[in-house]
Amino acid sequence: MQQIFNFIFKNSYRLLFLLLLVVSLSLTIQSHSYHRSKVISSANFLSGGVYEQINSFDEYLSLRGQNEELAKENARLKSILFNIKDTTSIPKYDSIKGVDKVNIIVSKVIHNSYNVFENYLTINSGSAAGVKPDMGVVNSAGIIGIVDKTSKNYATVISILNVKSQINAKIKKSNHFGSLVWDGKSTGFVQLIDVPRLASVRKGDTIVTGGQSVIFPENIGIGTIDKIYTDNKTNYYTLNIKLFNDMTNLGHVYIIKSKDREEILNLEKKPNE
Amino acid sequence: MNSTLLYNIARFILLLAAQILIFNNMNFLGYINPYPYILFIILYPVNGNKTALLLSSFVLGIIMDMFCNSGGVHAAACVLLAYYRPLIFKFSFGLSYEYQTVKLNDVLTPERFSFILIAVVIHHFTLFLLEVFRLNFLWEIFLKTLLSTLFTILLCIIIIYIIKPNKR
Repeated sequence: MQQIFNFIFKNSYRLLFLLLLVVSLSLTIQSHSYHRSKVISSANFLSGGVYEQINSFDEYLSLRGQNEELAKENARLKSILFNIKDTTSIPKYDSIKGVDKVNIIVSKVIHNSYNVFENYLTINSGSAAGVKPDMGVVNSAGIIGIVDKTSKNYATVISILNVKSQINAKIKKSNHFGSLVWDGKSTGFVQLIDVPRLASVRKGDTIVTGGQSVIFPENIGIGTIDKIYTDNKTNYYTLNIKLFNDMTNLGHVYIIKSKDREEILNLEKKPNE
Repeated sequence: MNSTLLYNIARFILLLAAQILIFNNMNFLGYINPYPYILFIILYPVNGNKTALLLSSFVLGIIMDMFCNSGGVHAAACVLLAYYRPLIFKFSFGLSYEYQTVKLNDVLTPERFSFILIAVVIHHFTLFLLEVFRLNFLWEIFLKTLLSTLFTILLCIIIIYIIKPNKR
């Protein structure tokens, strides 16, 4: 016993170092696993509050751009509204269901990262506003990411510029599906992998979210095809996609709350009897 | 002794604040950030309490991780740097560094420069290796380490020259 205590006292400095190293390494490994239980995240009172303060200062510098963005979106929505051909001919049940399917929560990006391989955003609405993990986040131009962790007033979002993110997407005109991933190289481009060779793809085609995901509604814009590669190993297409969004400059965002999500997940969870 | 403690606490808070408010948002060329907050570990008194340095480095790193959403990456790199600091001292200043009064925040000499260089490279390489965590991005890790190291060293030297206590 005496010797054990002696050993601990003699090597206390080294043991402390090892302890701290193990703690930080385990936190690191946890943060890299997909289903992570992140202990240290920026969705807490201290860092969320600080980022909120910085952002309220920063916001003044980009007010003009933000306003233009919102005005553009208003114009687009107006044009959709005015261009509805005949309001009486729309099947009523469908339109009501369609509106009812999703709820939108407005929020603001208070911290944006895009310089590492695993990028996260921090937004200023949390569980108090009804934000839950795995909700989709979009803005007027296209998709941004998926909610990861929430606290009372803040939430972190896995950006599409995160090598861990994988989102179902399709080619707008042909309905061929693929997975949207990021190779970590450029902030303006993401990749659509596993697109079947049967699909007719052309440079400039639009990519939108697919209907297989319960996180995003169908047909939200992502980007346009920039380059087309064929994967030699799998014989699938890999498409380089130029994003509609400038991920380095984000302001107001919308969080999509799908009402069907719980029902679909519960259905899929049920064991086969 | 008391004033060195105060100096260190002030350095801790100021460097952390500057890192979070200014240097984390630089994004030079899109993805290169300097990390001059490790000056806290570099400038810690040579004869100061080792255990206190280890613990405060860990806290420094954890706070950085909280703001960067990066798990425990900064904490691991800082703890590693704090632990191997005496070894780097031995390498740069010779064996008897403890008996000389080595002062880092002074005019730049080759010894001081080599100390800062080795410290920054160790910290940054650990940081980016853990941050990326995939070996198929090894070239990107080297590139990031190289560019960030240049940027950090430049800023460290500038900061040392600015906050150098001119009296004493």
